[in-house]
Amino acid sequence: MASQEMEELVQREYTQGFVTDIESDTVPPGLDENTIAFISNKKGEPEWMLEWRLEAYRQWLTMTTPSWAHLDYPPIDYQAISYYSAPKKQEDKPQSLDEVDPKLLETYEKLGIPLHERAALAGVAVDAVFDSVSVTTTFKEKLAEAGVIFCSISEAIREYPELVRQYLGSVVPQGDNYFAALNSAVFTDGSFVYVPEGVECPMELSTYFRINAANTGQFERTLIVCDKRAQVSYLEGCTAPQRDENQLHAAVVELVALEDANIKYSTVQNWYPGDEDGKGGIYNFVTKRGDCRGDRSKISWTQVETGSAITWKYPSCMLRGKDSVGEFYSVAVTNGRQQADTGTKMIHIGEGTRSTIISKGIAAGRSDQAYRGLVKVGPRAKNARNFTQCDSLLIGDRCGAHTFPYQEIGNSSATVEHEATTSKIGEDQLFYCQSRGISEEDAVNMIVNGFCKDVFQELPMEFAVEAEALLNVTLEGAVG
Amino acid sequence: MLEVKDLHVTVEGSEILKGLNLTVNPGEVHALMGPNGAGKSTLSAVIAGKDGYEVTSGEILFEGKNLLEMEIEERALAGILLGFQYPVEIPGVKNIYLLKAALNAQRVARGEEEIPAPEFMKLVREQLSFMKMDGSFLQRAVNEGFSGGEKKRNEILQMLVLQPKLAMLDEIDSGLDIDAMKVVAEGINSLRNADRAILMVTHYQRLLEHIVPDRVHVLVDGRIVKSGDKELANELEARGYEWVLEESAA
Amino acid sequence: MSAAHAFLQRLGERADDEPTWVAARRQAGAARFEALGFPTKRDEAWKYTDVRRIAEGEFTLADDAELDEARFAALGMPLDAHRLVFVDGVFSTALSDLTDLPDGVSVEPLTTAMRTNHEAIGGAIGRLAGVDFSPFTALNVALSEEGAVVRIGQGVVVEKPIYVVFASRANESARMSHPRVLVMAGARSQSTVIEHYAGEAGAANFTNVVSEVMLERGAIVDHYKLQEASSEDLHVASIHVEQGRDSRFTSFNLNLGGALVRTDLVTDLNAQGAETNYNGLFFVQGRQHVDNHTLVNHNAPNTFSNENYKGILNDRARGVFNGKVIVKRDSQQIEAYQNNANLLLSDRAEIDTKPELEIYADDVKCSHGATTGQLDEEAVFALRTRGIDEQMARGLLTLAFAGEVMDQVRLPVITERVERAVAGKLPERFNLADLVEVSDALEEA
Repeated sequence: MASQEMEELVQREYTQGFVTDIESDTVPPGLDENTIAFISNKKGEPEWMLEWRLEAYRQWLTMTTPSWAHLDYPPIDYQAISYYSAPKKQEDKPQSLDEVDPKLLETYEKLGIPLHERAALAGVAVDAVFDSVSVTTTFKEKLAEAGVIFCSISEAIREYPELVRQYLGSVVPQGDNYFAALNSAVFTDGSFVYVPEGVECPMELSTYFRINAANTGQFERTLIVCDKRAQVSYLEGCTAPQRDENQLHAAVVELVALEDANIKYSTVQNWYPGDEDGKGGIYNFVTKRGDCRGDRSKISWTQVETGSAITWKYPSCMLRGKDSVGEFYSVAVTNGRQQADTGTKMIHIGEGTRSTIISKGIAAGRSDQAYRGLVKVGPRAKNARNFTQCDSLLIGDRCGAHTFPYQEIGNSSATVEHEATTSKIGEDQLFYCQSRGISEEDAVNMIVNGFCKDVFQELPMEFAVEAEALLNVTLEGAVG
Repeated sequence: MLEVKDLHVTVEGSEILKGLNLTVNPGEVHALMGPNGAGKSTLSAVIAGKDGYEVTSGEILFEGKNLLEMEIEERALAGILLGFQYPVEIPGVKNIYLLKAALNAQRVARGEEEIPAPEFMKLVREQLSFMKMDGSFLQRAVNEGFSGGEKKRNEILQMLVLQPKLAMLDEIDSGLDIDAMKVVAEGINSLRNADRAILMVTHYQRLLEHIVPDRVHVLVDGRIVKSGDKELANELEARGYEWVLEESAA
Repeated sequence: MSAAHAFLQRLGERADDEPTWVAARRQAGAARFEALGFPTKRDEAWKYTDVRRIAEGEFTLADDAELDEARFAALGMPLDAHRLVFVDGVFSTALSDLTDLPDGVSVEPLTTAMRTNHEAIGGAIGRLAGVDFSPFTALNVALSEEGAVVRIGQGVVVEKPIYVVFASRANESARMSHPRVLVMAGARSQSTVIEHYAGEAGAANFTNVVSEVMLERGAIVDHYKLQEASSEDLHVASIHVEQGRDSRFTSFNLNLGGALVRTDLVTDLNAQGAETNYNGLFFVQGRQHVDNHTLVNHNAPNTFSNENYKGILNDRARGVFNGKVIVKRDSQQIEAYQNNANLLLSDRAEIDTKPELEIYADDVKCSHGATTGQLDEEAVFALRTRGIDEQMARGLLTLAFAGEVMDQVRLPVITERVERAVAGKLPERFNLADLVEVSDALEEA
C-alpha cells in the first residue's frame, strides 16, 4: 500500500521535471556518491564534511535495514527518493490561507492555534501574513547577548566548523544504525545549538522559529551542545499535520551535556498519519540520543507522538558522567492503521547515575503500538537507579499494545524497577462521566488526558495545552 | 554494666557526639533526653553497632568488655537489645521465625540446648497476650504492613522473649496513641528487675509518666550537660531545654 | 564440517530397525537442525546465551544405565512416589519403582510405550513441540531415544507424585541425551509430575530434553522441574503445555545447578477457563549461566495466567529471563500477570531481563513488573541486632526473597532442598507455619 503511494509521489515529482544537470536546484531520484557531493556542494560545505558524509554512505551500503521492531511495512526503495530539493520559492507557496486545504485549517482551529501561526504551519509564504523578520530579529538579538548560538546546521558547518567538527557524530556515530547512516550521508537541514559555559539560555528554543527561515528537509540533523553549567530547553515539532511531500523521514538528534549542564528536549510529533485505511503517511525513523558526558549533567526527553504512519524512535541517554541523570517521558497515541515502535535506552555507565522512564501508550482503531526500552547498567555504574513505568490503554478490540522492556544489569548495587500495565479504558469511569452529562467522546478525552498527566506536566506550558488538544483530535472517532 | 567514656563519634564527616560520658548499672532505668539533633539516637546506634558511625575516640565497655570490638550479633548475644525508632520491614521472614532463630542463637551461644517447640510456643503465646497482640501476628512477615503502634509492640515483644541484660529503647513512644503507649509501657515495666538495665532515648517527657526513670540525662550538642532524677524530666517539660543550654553555657 | 553436521553423525550410528515413520521423523528433525544450525547471539531468542560450549563439545550417546544404589541415593530425593529413572538418558529398570500404580495411570519409558501403543504415543509426541520451535527441539527429534510417558485416565486422582529422574554421571568422556517427556492428563484428572535433573559432581554431559504436557478439560497438573545438574553440565530444556477448558497447570521451574542451562516454557491456553501458573526460581553462582524463556499464549477468552520468577545471582553468574504473554485477537476477558524480581549478591553477576506483553484484545487486565536490587542492609543489621550472625542473616533474607515462589511449592522435600541450596544449613525450618498450627491444635485439645 504505502510503497505504491511513495512511488506515486516519486513519479509525480519526477514529472514535475527533474533534470540531471548537477548545477540545477534539484536532483533526480537516486543515491550515489555524486548525489552526496551535490548536496555538500549546494550547502557550500568544507571538504571534511563531504568526506564525513561519504564515510557514512559507504558504511550504509554495507548495512541492512533493522527488522527487530514490531512494525510491518513494505521495503523502501532508496533509489526512488530524491535527496535534495531546494526550498520552495515564495511564489510557489500558497499565497493566502484561502489556498490551503480546508480540512487542515479545521484541524488548526480545533487545536486553538493562533491565526498567524496557522498560516506558517500550513506553509503559506510567511511574509505575506505577518512580519517574521521582526520576530526572528528579536530572539536572535536576545540569544546573541547571552552568547547562545542557534542556527541551521548548514550555517553552523560554515560559521562554526570547529564546534561542529568536535561534536557532530560524537553521540550518534555515522554507522550507528541503518537510518542514522543514511541521515549522516544525506542530511540537508536541522538545528544547531551551542550554549556556552555557565549560560542559562534566556528563552526556550524552538524549531518553529527557525522553520520560518527555511523549510526543514526530510533528513534533519540536530546537534545541541550544552557546555559546563549551561542550561537549555528545546522544543521541536509542530502541533499540526505538516504538509510534507516525502514519505520517509529519517532524522538524527544529538545532545551533548557537559559537567552540570542541563538539556530538556521536548517533541510534539504529528506528521501525517495516513488515512483511515492506512494509505499514505510518514515513515518516521528517528535516532535521538543524548550524551551526559559531564558529572551531574542531566538530559530529559519528553515526547508526544501522535502522528506518522510508522514511528521508529528511541530517544536515549548515555549516562557517562558521575551522578548524571536521564529522563524519558512519552505519550504515544495511535489510531487508524498507525504503527509505533518507540521507547528509550538508558545506558548507565558512570557511578550514581539515575534514570526515570514514564511511558504512556494509547492505541485505538486498528493501530499497533509497542514500547521498547533498554536499561543497561554497566559494571562501573555503582548505585545506579532506574525506575520505569509504562502503561498502555486500549480503545477498541482491533488494536494492539505491546511492551518489550530489556534490562541488562551488571552491577549488584543497582536498583532497577519496571512496572507495566495494559488495560482498556475503564467502563465504570466512562459511565461515571457520562452519568454526569459528559458526552462519551469528552469522557474518553478526559480519561486519556488524565492517563497522560505524568508526561504532560513535563512539557513546557504552551506545549502541554496543545498536546492535550492534539490527543483529542487524534482520538476522534475512536469510540462510538 | 554499661560504661561510655569520652565518646566522640562522627557521621559523614561531622562530629555528632563530642565527649559523652554515661554509666548505667544493673537494675537502673535511665532516660536520655534532649532536643532534636543532639545525638540521642546516635548513641544507641553506636552501641548496637550500626555502620556509618565512626568512633574517633573514647570507649564503650559492656560488663567490662570492649563493646566496639564486637560484631553486631555478638553484642546482641552478650545481652544488648535495641528497640528501633523505625523498625525495618523484612518481607518474607515471619515473626515466629525471627523469634525462634534469635532465641536459639542466644541459647546456643550460652551453650544451652535449643528450645523445644512446645515450650517456645507457650512462651511466645504468653508474651503475645501480655502485649495484647493477636496470634495471627506470628505468621506475618516482620513489621511488613504493620501500623506504627504494632511495630513498637513488636519491638517490646522481642524484648520480652529474648530477655536482654540491657534494653535500649530509641524513641519507643513516637507514633503511639495513648492506648498503645500504655501497653508498651507495661511491657517495658515488666522488664524491670534488679539485674537488668534499661536505657530509654526520648524527646518527650510523656513516656516517663508511665515508666519512671531512676536517672535522667540531658544531651545537648553531643554531650550530657545535666543529669538528675525524675524531677529533672518534669522541669524540662515545664521549662523546655533553653534554660539547660544557658546554664551549661554559663 | 559444521557443528550441526557433526552432531548428526550420531544418526548413522543407530540400528535401523525402527519403523519407517520414526526414521522419517528423525530425518525431518535432522534436516531442520542442519538448516537452522546452532543459534547464535544474533538470534533474538538467544541474544544473551552463547551455546558454543555445546556446539563445540564432543558428546556420545550412552548405552548403559549403570549407577549403584548409593550413587543414586546421593542424587535422588527420598520421595514416596512412582519413580522412573534414566541414567545419561538410558532407562534404568533397577532404579525405577512403578510397583503400585493406581488404575487408569500408566508411567513407562518411551521405548516400551512405543512398542505397546505406538500409534497413540507416536501421534501425540511432537504435536506440541516439533522441529520448528528451535534448533534444539529439531536436534531432539533427530536423536531422541528414550523418555518418560505418563498417561492419566479421565477423572483419576493420582495421590503420589510421579517422579522422573534424569541422572547425569561423572563419565570419562562426555555423554549427551535427548530425552522426551510426554504427559497426557485426562479430563478432570489430578496429578503431580516431577522432572528432576541431577548431576554427580564432575559430570559434564549435555542434556537436551523436550517435554509435552497435554491437559484435557478440567485436568489439574502440578509440574516440577528441579534442575540440580553439576557445575559442568550443559542443559537445554523445552516444555510445551496445551490446556483444555477449565484446566489448571502449575509449573515450578527451580534452577539450582548446571554450567549452562536454558529452559523454554510455552503454554497454549486454548479454551475458556484455562489457567496457568508459572513459578520460577533460579539461584546461580560461580560462573553458572541460566536462561529462562517463558511464553503464555492466551488463545481463548476467559483465560488466566500468573507468572512469578525470582532470580538470585552470586559471583560471576549470569541470569536471563524473558517472559512473554500474548493475548490473541478476540481473546477477551483475560487476566495476565507477570513478575520477575532479581537479587544480585555480587558485583560481577549479571541479569538480563525482558518481560514482554503482546496484546491484541482490549478487555484485558495485564500487568508485568521487573525489579533488580540487592539485599536490604537495614534488614541485615536488624537481624544481627537480634543475635543472628551475618551469614545467616543474609541467607534468611535471600530465602525470604524467594519466599513468594517457594510458598507455592507443595512438596516439603523440594522446599528443604532449595532452602538448603540457597541459605545453607538453617537453624530452623524456614517455614514455621505448621508450628503455629500444631500449637493451636494442642491448645484446643
